[in-house]
Amino acid sequence: MKNWYKIFSVIFILYTLVWGLLNPVPRLDILNETIRNVYYHVPIWFAMLGMMTVSLIHSLLALTKNNITNDTKAYNAALVGFFFSLPGLTTGSIWAKYTWGTWWTFQDPKLNGVAISILIYLAYFILRFSVDDEMKRARISAVYNVFAFVMMNVFIMILPRLTDSLHPGNGGNPAFAQYDMDNNMRMVFYPAVIGWILFSFWLFNIKNRISFIKNKLND
Amino acid sequence: MIIELIKKEFLLEFRQKSTIGGVLVYVVGTIFVSALCFKGKLDKPTWNALFWVITLFTSVTISGKSFLKETGGQALFNFLHYSPVQFIVAKMLYNMAFMLALSFITFFFYGFFIKNEVENLGLFFVVLTLASTGLAAILSLMSAIASKANGNFAIMSILSFPVLMPLILVVIRISKQAVDGIEWAGVGFNFIGILVALNVLTIALSFLLFPYLWRD
Repeated sequence: MKNWYKIFSVIFILYTLVWGLLNPVPRLDILNETIRNVYYHVPIWFAMLGMMTVSLIHSLLALTKNNITNDTKAYNAALVGFFFSLPGLTTGSIWAKYTWGTWWTFQDPKLNGVAISILIYLAYFILRFSVDDEMKRARISAVYNVFAFVMMNVFIMILPRLTDSLHPGNGGNPAFAQYDMDNNMRMVFYPAVIGWILFSFWLFNIKNRISFIKNKLND
Repeated sequence: MIIELIKKEFLLEFRQKSTIGGVLVYVVGTIFVSALCFKGKLDKPTWNALFWVITLFTSVTISGKSFLKETGGQALFNFLHYSPVQFIVAKMLYNMAFMLALSFITFFFYGFFIKNEVENLGLFFVVLTLASTGLAAILSLMSAIASKANGNFAIMSILSFPVLMPLILVVIRISKQAVDGIEWAGVGFNFIGILVALNVLTIALSFLLFPYLWRD
């Protein structure tokens, strides 16, 4: 049964969408009901980070094995990751409006990190569009993907030293950290993480199949 | 071999007086325009930010062309005569030297036309040196990528800005300390450590990745 993960992802996401709004949550200062965003916002970012890692692995494979298939997969993973960054940003922004009182702030390292990673993705796509030769495109974009991934991780590691994060769980804010999430919340949060990650792999799979068919048609 | 390549770079650069002169006019012109726009009304954080924005844009403009002339027959010649590691080392060393000279010139004219706010000059020069080498190292690789991607200037800046962000943010942070005149004892040496680490990391990654860009 090779479709098990699709079924699980649908069940988990539907369950968390519904039960995430209904289940009791702890009353924390500032956060109050908005703590439910942890069921939607955080898992979507996890799915994006997962897809970025998949993209990196395929880029490394494309470099060492020198083949097009891995390059296409790296591109598809980046596309899916980019796709996930949009709801991630939107949910975060709406949440920030109600807890921090602003749609966007430059005081928070995570927000800056996200902005930079979206810029890196866009640069990666534009780089790909500007090279016509397939083999050449595979090598060049893989080199950029690897370099940019490392730089972005450096960025994520450095920035928290520069400014305190406003995010819950950092710098003394009431938190999504382990001790603030009670068992009721974990019952929704963990399935949500698994569900969204499985969903991202499903999308990735579909994108790959479309690329494969397009390739066949072109040949 | 590497020294030979660096010599060649210098020769090419200085034989064409338009390039080196163009760079100087570009820098002085940018600074003069900023001076006119701000009319000397800069507080310290703005002074610091403006200086690094000017340095960032100059370095992207200058390093952007470092691989652009290596196309066609020239690229084939390089490919047959040098190993990729030699080539990228030579490019990086040359760009670092050039960028170093350029950032000190920028600082001189910036101090001359706008004003010099730096109180801990020693620290500022350390930051300036590490920033120049870091910028040069990252931009060498980016320039190599951009030149393979039909090398227009927009691609160069699009690729470079996001990956330069960690370097620039750390640099602005320490440079602010130098501008504020913090004594050596209070300086955030872990940030200088990060700068050195970023330099080393970029050079190491370029060693690993450049050979893949090399063959066409």
